[in-house]
Amino acid sequence: MSTENEQEVELLTVHSRTDVEQVFNYSAGRYLNRFLVEMRDNARIIGVKCPKCGIVYAPPKEICDPCYTEMTEPVEVGPGGTIRNFTILRAPFVDPETGQAKPVPYAFGNVQLDGAGSLIQNYLLTDDDSKIKVGARVKIEFHEKRTGNMRDIKGFRLID
Amino acid sequence: MGKRAAIIGAGQTYHKSIRRDVNGQELINEAVTRALEDAELTIDDIDGVVIGNMDHFEGINYVDCWSIDGSGGFMKPTMKLCTGGTTGTTLGIGGYHMVASGMFEKLLVIGWEKNSESDTTGAIVTATDPILDRGVMAGALAGLAIEASEYAAAYGATSKDAARVSVRDRGNACNNPYAHLRKEVTLEEVLSSPVISDPLRLLDMCPRTDGACAVIYASEDVAEKICPQPVWVVKTANRHSYSRFADIKGQTGMLSLTIAAKELWAKTGIKEPLKEIDVVEMYQPYSWGGLIWFEDMGFCKKGEGPKFIWDGVTDMDGECPFNPSGGVISTNPIGATGLIRCAEVAHQIMGKAGDRQVPDVELALATGFGGCFWSDMILYSKNKPA
Repeated sequence: MSTENEQEVELLTVHSRTDVEQVFNYSAGRYLNRFLVEMRDNARIIGVKCPKCGIVYAPPKEICDPCYTEMTEPVEVGPGGTIRNFTILRAPFVDPETGQAKPVPYAFGNVQLDGAGSLIQNYLLTDDDSKIKVGARVKIEFHEKRTGNMRDIKGFRLID
Repeated sequence: MGKRAAIIGAGQTYHKSIRRDVNGQELINEAVTRALEDAELTIDDIDGVVIGNMDHFEGINYVDCWSIDGSGGFMKPTMKLCTGGTTGTTLGIGGYHMVASGMFEKLLVIGWEKNSESDTTGAIVTATDPILDRGVMAGALAGLAIEASEYAAAYGATSKDAARVSVRDRGNACNNPYAHLRKEVTLEEVLSSPVISDPLRLLDMCPRTDGACAVIYASEDVAEKICPQPVWVVKTANRHSYSRFADIKGQTGMLSLTIAAKELWAKTGIKEPLKEIDVVEMYQPYSWGGLIWFEDMGFCKKGEGPKFIWDGVTDMDGECPFNPSGGVISTNPIGATGLIRCAEVAHQIMGKAGDRQVPDVELALATGFGGCFWSDMILYSKNKPA
């Protein structure tokens, strides 16, 4: 066969959309179910506390990874929090959730809600990007109309 | 303990952003052919095949079967390993385990990716939690950018410090005929390249690449008969940490790499890796990793990475050269990327690294990075372990 430098014929790529059209339905599970319902109905964030190390995970989950211990005690966290890390994404990419180009730029980061030990990832909302810093204070904002998924969170609004 | 095992041959393809001249199976076969030639073996000598990539980049889920014609696995024991970004080094570790177990004598290990066949960031997003992490997550680029933001805030490192790492790796790539990007850059060029995800600029970040790599492991029963300089595995270490990106708590560096390195140095009696290791091929997909992870591996104290990098200790003529191949920042076919680290250090130890050869390599480190900041480490030696 010819090598890449001796192209004798047109090189074709064959287009496929199979993956984009595939639909998934994920079970939220016992812990996230409660979390999502509380967020939808009461606009509040309910985490869960590890009985062994005391860390509060928000969003909640069954098992504390380092302790491998089942967590059962619900704890409300937020609405205030602190930015632990962030970026402002400027490079375009295809959102696999929609199959469409994601609108950029947007700022997002991981926020430690007051009372939580884990972080929660979402948009950072501000009119002035220069205010976005590790350690800056934020408050969680929800959409008016909520349907029980992570998109119910509008983002974290920077507070002066 | 099982049998000692060594790399006895390694090969990789030429790498490009789009290898439109070949399909996946043909790309795989290019690497397999080079590895067999390197070991002076034929496919009939091989008694098992392990192959890996990240499924969602090509959207082909049964790669172990689909690739048989390219891999040479017809009527051989064949299996697939996939651990996301670490796939290549998981192949390096898993292949070693299979030969060390005594169940396989000569094992062909293949990593490959045709990243051009889909949207890389979109595909990486599918590796994250579908309910929690996909709303704002933006692949490896943004995940690494947030790590850099934490590190900069904690230790005061700057974009200029990171750019120095990029200058090193991109310069080294010019010595590597297989590298995807082979263009020297200056600090000014890195610092004036477009910001793609604050604080990362285009020239801080790895490309996406089409390419494949293959490595042949042999057991101690045959390695020295086949190969004049087998590349022995001394020890491996790997760690997985959290399952969600947001569970990664800040300002401690990469926990999985820190713990893996501690295990590796403890098990091998290495006290000063910078002095004792002769060359490192680090899975470092962005410049800041050359600062942060250099520290996490214990090559210096936390926060001192920039000083060491500016002093040139990791340059080609330094005390411990990092990424003579140009590293991941120059070539990144994701499922092959970790295995290329193994292949590169193998050729360093064999003395076959051409213009990128580091003199007198006896002990060499290959690392892998992936998933929610997961880490693999493999230490290879010129000398047969005791």
